[in-house]
Amino acid sequence: MTARLREAFERAAGEKRAALVAYLTFGDPNVQTSLDVVEAVAKAGADVIELGVPYSDPSADGPSIQRAMERALDRGASLPGALDAVAELRRRGVETPIVLFGYYNPIFVMGVERFAERAHAAGIDAVLTVDLPIDEIAELATPLAAKGVAVIPLVAPTSTPARIARLAPFNAPFVYYISLTGVTGSKAAAPVDPARIQMIRDAAQAPVAVGFGIRTPADAARFAAVADGVVVGTALVDQVAGGDASGAPARVAELVAALSRALGR
Amino acid sequence: MSTADEIARLVEPTGGRFGEFGGQYVAETLMPAIGELEVAWRAARSDPDFWSEVDALLEDYVGRPSRLYRAARLSAEVGAQVFLKREDLNHTGAHKINNCIGQAVLARRMGKRRLIAETGAGQHGVATATVAALFALPCEIYMGAEDVVRQSLNVERMRLLGATVHPVESGTRTLKDAMNEALRDWVTNVGDTFYLIGSVAGPHPYPWMVRDLQSVIGREAMAQIYAAVGRMPDALVACVGGGSNAAGLFAPFVDDENVKLVGVEAAGDGVETGRHAATLTAGRVGVLHGSKSYVLTHEDDERMGQIAHAHSISAGLDYPGVGPEHAAWKASGRATYLARTDDQALAALERLARTEGILCALETAHAIAALDEVAASVGKDGIIIVGLSGRGDKDMVTVAQRRSTPGQVP
Ligand SMILES: Cc1ncc(COP(=O)(O)O)c(C=O)c1O
Repeated sequence: MTARLREAFERAAGEKRAALVAYLTFGDPNVQTSLDVVEAVAKAGADVIELGVPYSDPSADGPSIQRAMERALDRGASLPGALDAVAELRRRGVETPIVLFGYYNPIFVMGVERFAERAHAAGIDAVLTVDLPIDEIAELATPLAAKGVAVIPLVAPTSTPARIARLAPFNAPFVYYISLTGVTGSKAAAPVDPARIQMIRDAAQAPVAVGFGIRTPADAARFAAVADGVVVGTALVDQVAGGDASGAPARVAELVAALSRALGR
Repeated sequence: MSTADEIARLVEPTGGRFGEFGGQYVAETLMPAIGELEVAWRAARSDPDFWSEVDALLEDYVGRPSRLYRAARLSAEVGAQVFLKREDLNHTGAHKINNCIGQAVLARRMGKRRLIAETGAGQHGVATATVAALFALPCEIYMGAEDVVRQSLNVERMRLLGATVHPVESGTRTLKDAMNEALRDWVTNVGDTFYLIGSVAGPHPYPWMVRDLQSVIGREAMAQIYAAVGRMPDALVACVGGGSNAAGLFAPFVDDENVKLVGVEAAGDGVETGRHAATLTAGRVGVLHGSKSYVLTHEDDERMGQIAHAHSISAGLDYPGVGPEHAAWKASGRATYLARTDDQALAALERLARTEGILCALETAHAIAALDEVAASVGKDGIIIVGLSGRGDKDMVTVAQRRSTPGQVP
């Protein structure tokens, strides 16, 4: 369902605003509540939901998301559970595009063909794997493409022009630009150079969402001026953790609504 | 033959892989850095100036060549001709320093100004802290909080050498979590930082580079065994955690199919109990810390693809992954892999102490514990070289506790 993801960015562009991509960890604070959180986030105005699959060794994530993943694993969250959860969200009528975020080993152990089949059946629009750079991604992208599920390439501040030039063939619905060298949630986002975003946009022929270190509505508004989308993760995960489980959907939805307003939705 | 010429004869990975294993499964942020490292390594390994600097340090500072010692009493007990390749006699007490010297020289050539490393038993942390002192580079070591407790002597050594030791509280609080934390540091400080990985694990080019640097073990052993007995050995035996001392011993011999290569993993409480670190013996193919290789990972629906806890009395073998070249050797049948339990390792440690007056590391003791089986396959005139990867000083507290309360992993 790559089209749904493209449309989300096109709709935002049509409204002359950046798309809001909201990251949440599946299974945090527990499996049932995390479904309610995602549903609330969709209603509160997120254009795209990035759903993290908890992993035992999240080596690209900072303390907040590490702990969220540990909580989720303690509650029995898993890759098959995340696929079932997306199917359940679709049954509940959530139409927001969903990008499954995670690390490669669970997908590899499930088997890429089986994963592609199940991701498609569940209603997942795209998959983002932090530890599959473009050099290794074909082994996942090819079976996913056969099922109409996209992969989202990552670009970092350290990515060379030569690497960025290799994005075109992916025909990605969007590209994720990491605003800083570091792990998720580590420090405040540094300003990004609009010329660099434009270069990535041109090379990939796709909209560019910026993430890492964007926490507040003011941060979001600042990045929205240069990018086609902004990704907020750690700040939402902190809302999940910042109170009792039953209040999590409302707490997260409130921040999403504020972010959404800041983007002019 | 010069070192560069000897190194040129070792197998090179193709496309960053040994067979289907290896690769570069890391965050995009690190890709340019490992690309830069690969270019630097390719240049260094064929550069005689690089090797003359490394070889001089190995000789004057580390004390190489390490001895190949004919262990007569042990030979008589196991029923084969056993030679011990004495990496325990190296400065800092294990093979780890061979790799650290090479990577530190490379880091300096690359203009990197800060060293980071992960450590399990603390041997690699000590070796890294040592070369950092020698090269006047700031150094930070990540070590699982559980290992900080069970290898406290090594923590003190690292601190005395001027390194900062960060206990890692996440996950299982052992080596794999230390490696996650080191990767997080590297991704944050990738511009000026050199990540000195301690085994033949991690993304390409690390498994290749560390294997080349550790191949000094096998290159020396080959010359020494010829000098001693005038022929090739029948078998090589070494313990396998990430697999660096084994790969370094095996690599120069792989072309000679008559030399059996035997790696020995940690079976912990027993492979059948599920509490072990026998990755090649009981794991499956997966992706961990940047490479595709064998891993200990769950396969049931509830925990699909989560990395499993490894268990071993020896912190240096307590790792749920293994180097990709070992996976390739297993797949091709070139090497065989056995596993020995905590108790078998302890008994072997005692046996080596009693017969030869050598107190080896608990990691190394796993290799000693496989000697009876290997000896049976080569016969009493068969020649076996054992990689004696390290000395046991760091393990004396663990061994003493275990001897007073059998069956308990302290
Ligand atoms: C003495 C000794 N032997 C072996 C190992 C295991 O490492 P590898 O398998 O890379 O040789 C260690 C690791 O700490 C060690 O200290």
